[in-house]
Amino acid sequence: MDLCDYAAYQLVWMIKRKQVSACEVLESTLRRINAVDGMPGQIEGDRNAEPDKIHAFISLTAERARRQAQQIDQAIQAGEEVGPLAGVPFTVKDIFCVADTLSTAGSKILSNFVAPYTATPVARVEQAGGILLGKVNLDEFTFGSSNESSAFQPSPRNPWNTSRVPGGSSGGSAAAVAAGEGCLSIGTDTAGSIRQPAAFCGVVGVKPTYGRVSRYGLIAFGSSLDCPGPLARNVSDAALLLQIMSGVDPHDSTTANLPVPDYVTDLEKPIKGMRIGLSPDYFRITYVDAESGELDQQPIPDDYRQAIYRVAGRLAEMGADIVEEIPMPHTKYSIPAYFVISRVEAASNLHRYDGVKYGYRTQQAVNDLREMYRKTRGEGFGLQPKLRILMGMYVSAAQYSEQYYLRALRVRTLIRRDFEVIFDPNGKYRLHALLTPTTPTTAFPIAQVYGDSVLMQFADQLTVAANHAGLPALSFPCGFDSEGLPFGAQLIGPDFSEDQLLRLARNYELVTESDQWRKRLPPILRNV
Amino acid sequence: MITPELFDHLVELAALELSPPEAEYLRQQLNQQLKALQELVAIPVQASIPPALHGVSYTAEIRPPIREDEWIPSPYAEAILNQAPEVDERYIVVPDIPHQDLE
Repeated sequence: MDLCDYAAYQLVWMIKRKQVSACEVLESTLRRINAVDGMPGQIEGDRNAEPDKIHAFISLTAERARRQAQQIDQAIQAGEEVGPLAGVPFTVKDIFCVADTLSTAGSKILSNFVAPYTATPVARVEQAGGILLGKVNLDEFTFGSSNESSAFQPSPRNPWNTSRVPGGSSGGSAAAVAAGEGCLSIGTDTAGSIRQPAAFCGVVGVKPTYGRVSRYGLIAFGSSLDCPGPLARNVSDAALLLQIMSGVDPHDSTTANLPVPDYVTDLEKPIKGMRIGLSPDYFRITYVDAESGELDQQPIPDDYRQAIYRVAGRLAEMGADIVEEIPMPHTKYSIPAYFVISRVEAASNLHRYDGVKYGYRTQQAVNDLREMYRKTRGEGFGLQPKLRILMGMYVSAAQYSEQYYLRALRVRTLIRRDFEVIFDPNGKYRLHALLTPTTPTTAFPIAQVYGDSVLMQFADQLTVAANHAGLPALSFPCGFDSEGLPFGAQLIGPDFSEDQLLRLARNYELVTESDQWRKRLPPILRNV
Repeated sequence: MITPELFDHLVELAALELSPPEAEYLRQQLNQQLKALQELVAIPVQASIPPALHGVSYTAEIRPPIREDEWIPSPYAEAILNQAPEVDERYIVVPDIPHQDLE
């Protein structure tokens, strides 16, 4: 076990006591990156290059990191107070602006953009002593669930099996954390983009309540859905990172003006008496029949179902009450509603990329400004942003908006009400959390789904309802399938109940601590 | 159904220039997505159900106070201008803006 494999909370403890230096931790992490990551993603890069490497990064900022680590070590030597993440190496999904770094959104249209300022959640982590390793890959503008749509290729691969996708859109974040390329990563979740890759890569990912973490400096996709959040190898580290990222921000008027509870101290408090729900609506997949357009249903794979029921059993051993047959009747409309709401918001947010003030501008000769816009956007955007812009224009057009957009917003109310009923402390169910599979399947093979935008979207169907409803949700690893790919369990809770979700997940870690599956390492780490 | 004519109109509104294979793929995918939306259109939604612009309700208790409407000079002006594809001193240069002369 190398230093880079230690948990963030252990590293902070050791660094503060001068048992190791921040520089040693950083160099160990850089050696790991050098050993497993391979070439970073680049524009016009070869999609199939180095198929046995991870390719999490777009830009590695090693020198910047070395300067930060030296400052931490000097402060400790001088006996100065250092922050709660002092010396912990972390990565940032390249959808956040970080001053003086390339901030690309995985798109050619921002491939040369150097951010002039730093996003609030990243700035808070740096202030707390975190060491920024660099920016990690993602689906272009976060539009995808496999990371394959990035304009920067090769795109990330799954550390548990490099022929599989790491999930998306925070695929670089999840892959990096799983492979020991930084203990922590900051991702974003619009429909499952933290939780789905966390599940695929066997790590912990938290989508906080909408408004818990500032979006200032986040390159926007669906402004009413986007949530920055932590990815980590264990629950305690996720709690530590969330603690730092959270809280009201004068630069984001949608942040909630509520005190941030202590996520760390009470993690191991007992869960006796907490009520956990299981819903049949989260153990079947609804999909659209390609021919008829009608919704069809099938159960999720039996081994995945059993894995989640085993989690429920272990939580029950710890004293939680498991409540079955929880009705969530509107879950199946989450994806159709998302198809409308997210596209309208994406189209609106992507109008700003026009080649005028920053980013890519066409090199072709043009006659006028309109032609410059068309060529710049035609060359600069990949297929997925183009698809979302066109869909957004269509469903928000005056003659269709009642039928589609307004209806989708009403359906969103119905989705939210399903949750309000089950979490009502005076209601019939009185749940503290709903326990579900995070994804309909384990990590799928590269190139199997990519290109079919409908099928890809359905990868998010167990996660997206929490985004519609604004609720916090957490994915944590709970075993492996017969091919050695991780299963992810999801907990969804009431508004601002992150502390409860983290506590439940930490208790699950405690009760499974000595399980054999916990000892497994991603195959790519066996020879480093 | 998004016809080729309607598709061309959307492409014009979206200010995109597409190659023929791109256009064909995108129109086909749009029509696939529309099929996925048919169920949404079929859900019985009463007019009394209010639309939700976001999930968490913004009560006065959790909404941060609105900032004072003050002019604050940006410290990033130079860094921002340095990003512009073409500048003339401190002006950003763009191609001719289509316009009509009024009589």
